Amino acid sequence: MRFKAMTAIAALVAAPLAVMAGPDDDELVINGEINIVTKTAAPAHLDGALTEIYSGWRFRSDETQALEMDDFENPGMVAVDAAREVWDTVDGSEGKACASCHNAVEDSMVGVKAVYPKWNEGAGEVRTLEMQVNDCRTSRMGAEAWKYEGGEMTAMSALIAMQSRGLPVNVAIDGPVQTAWEQGKEMYYTRYGQLELSCANCHEDNWGNMIRADHLSQGQINGFPTYRLKNTKLNAVHDRFKGCIRDTRAETFKPGSPEFVALELYVASRGNGLSVEGPSVRN
Amino acid sequence: MKLTTLTLAAALIGGAAWAAETAPKDVVFAEGGAIEVSLTGVAGDPVEGANVLSKRSLGNCVACHQVSALADVPFHGEIGPALDGAGDRWSEAELRGLVANAKMTFEGTMMPAFYKVDGYIRPGDAFTGKAPEAPLSPLLTAQQIEDVVAFLATLKE
Ligand code: HEC
Ligand code: HEC
Repeated sequence: MRFKAMTAIAALVAAPLAVMAGPDDDELVINGEINIVTKTAAPAHLDGALTEIYSGWRFRSDETQALEMDDFENPGMVAVDAAREVWDTVDGSEGKACASCHNAVEDSMVGVKAVYPKWNEGAGEVRTLEMQVNDCRTSRMGAEAWKYEGGEMTAMSALIAMQSRGLPVNVAIDGPVQTAWEQGKEMYYTRYGQLELSCANCHEDNWGNMIRADHLSQGQINGFPTYRLKNTKLNAVHDRFKGCIRDTRAETFKPGSPEFVALELYVASRGNGLSVEGPSVRN
Repeated sequence: MKLTTLTLAAALIGGAAWAAETAPKDVVFAEGGAIEVSLTGVAGDPVEGANVLSKRSLGNCVACHQVSALADVPFHGEIGPALDGAGDRWSEAELRGLVANAKMTFEGTMMPAFYKVDGYIRPGDAFTGKAPEAPLSPLLTAQQIEDVVAFLATLKE
């Protein structure tokens, strides 16, 4: 009886709950000049699991979206400016800065982020951008490795990602990286944790739906590093993976682990064709 | 002396209550996924059940389901079907099965099993992201399952 009465009131209040459905139709142009592809046909290797792919930007509120449309509004740019100085600053035993080998970041790093993670022939491994940066620091500069998902590293990857904004994500999935790609794919569909949820459960089967207060996107990583209003800092891809796996009541993997590198390669490939967008802004 | 007696009595009662409860591994599912017998033998409390559906730290059922009767609880998800009318669509035994382990009713469903303790891939210690240090507890206690079932049974159109 009590619940019957509640139902009557509920019907009135409940309607506005189902506000959002799917991505919106807004177009992203940064600084009025960089056109960002936030929706495009899914790459063939998705085998029809998705027909169209969307950047997470399409699922955010107008207010959050606006923060990414102008670099003066983008709160992630503070860290990027700091990384710009680090680029030119000598560190380590060899007396070198990034600029000693790579000159101006605006020239040498164009297109780099778009193809990472990628195979490194010399090392015989799949490398993320972070792994490459740390390899430069330790083996060329004689400097200490940065913490994989730490602030300095994430700011530097944002500076590098930014040089590719507007270019299509285009990671290779075959040849020497194929084993890692298959491993990442398997992880994407594994139902981890006590809640038994896979990435696909939320981001392939339910994108566009609300899960409690969150509007589920396709979990694309073209926008990383991402400034999150929630923790007011730039976030590395592996930090996001860690959070999503933790939320299934699972034991997570470590940032920089071979598992997360494989997962990053696979998830990046699901976004082939979207523009590099980092540093993006999300809630 | 008095205290000791009390403690002893409490231990006996505690033990008895525990013995009447069906442990997660002993639950018997009928064909189709229903659980015929109450997990505790104690009638469920629908008010407490509503609380379990709503609270993030308990069932958090509204993360995935819309429930008009719980409209005062903010943010209902849209992953699963709205639960309005669930008490018409399902018997008490079927509801008990659905909440304890919905995978026995809907193969491969996204809905988590709330009364299960094993068979997981890399289970963690709640939401810490770390490996568990003790055997896992089910997501809900036997009595919480009964409370949720009692609440769902009130959801008639
Ligand atoms: C229980 C649901 C759930 C599961 C399972 C889940 N996620 Fe997420 N994920 C979310 C939510 C909620 C958000 C925040 C809203 C959004 O962007 O989708 C999110 C955000 C993300 C983002 C940020 C997207 C952006 O645009 O910034 C990425 C990347 C991501 N998830 C990847 C993954 C991967 C990879 C897995 C599996 C290892 C996974 N998620 C598993 C719920 C989930
Ligand atoms: C992560 C998502 C998720 C959570 C959390 C969840 N459910 Fe479900 N539930 C589903 C889905 C999806 C279905 C539909 C079954 C199917 O076809 O896979 C379902 C089905 C049901 C049904 C049968 C549908 C009907 O006809 O009404 C009931 C009853 C139900 N859930 C109750 C609950 C209760 C009670 C809780 C919390 C204790 C809960 N659910 C938590 C996803 C969820």
